[in-house]
Amino acid sequence: MKPLSVVVTSICDIFAWFIVVFGVYVINNGHSTPGGGFQGGAITATFLSFVLVAYGGSHFKQWVREGVYGLLEFVGLVAFFIFGCLGFPNSFFYNSLAIAYGATPLSEWIPYCGTISLMNVAVGFEVVGALSIVVITMYESIHMVSTGEGMGGERGHDRFNR
Amino acid sequence: MKRVIFLGAAIVLAGLLCGMFEAIHPFGVPRNTAMDDYFLVHALSDRSAQNVVTSMVFDWRGFDTLGEAGVLFTALCSIGALFRDGSKKE
Repeated sequence: MKPLSVVVTSICDIFAWFIVVFGVYVINNGHSTPGGGFQGGAITATFLSFVLVAYGGSHFKQWVREGVYGLLEFVGLVAFFIFGCLGFPNSFFYNSLAIAYGATPLSEWIPYCGTISLMNVAVGFEVVGALSIVVITMYESIHMVSTGEGMGGERGHDRFNR
Repeated sequence: MKRVIFLGAAIVLAGLLCGMFEAIHPFGVPRNTAMDDYFLVHALSDRSAQNVVTSMVFDWRGFDTLGEAGVLFTALCSIGALFRDGSKKE
């Protein structure tokens, strides 16, 4: 993929960060405004495809590290499961942290709606990681096909080279 | 001959479809609102969630959302298995 013109890269410099800010806003306010973890994560993951289209493949490969997004995906899934386990005396995914309307909270660090907002953040992490990894992996496969590097060398994904 | 058969089948299917749309329940007039009222009242009073849809997705139907996250993870795994460069040494 070749980089696009100066116009596109300048617009990417200016507006790509606002995409991330808007996505994080949608994730963080999922309990009170329309949106939530899935939607905000999809918005935030648009950042990577914007950078890829504007700056082309060579910059993209230098800037992006795939392990970060794998870690995000892992942390999001595990945190989501743990927040689900928090309600276990009652049932799986019971909202045990929620504070009834008008009651005084125990601590200001606990959100009023309990695990809803925490799960929004966890799902947001997971969706950002997953969609970014999809973009990165598909770009790598395009690169592989168009340049011929690494073709015909399928040797499995496990640790041992059988 | 084939065309006649297809035409007849299309007419019969269209008639069935029109009859089905005729018999469908009208929009906006739910028959039984007990569950809707429960969710609308208790989303704010018990859970302090202004957004009822999110409280539905992440609280009352949280197990369903866990399944959705699993679907996303499975899609990610299959994309990695299909598109990853296999000749790279780890």
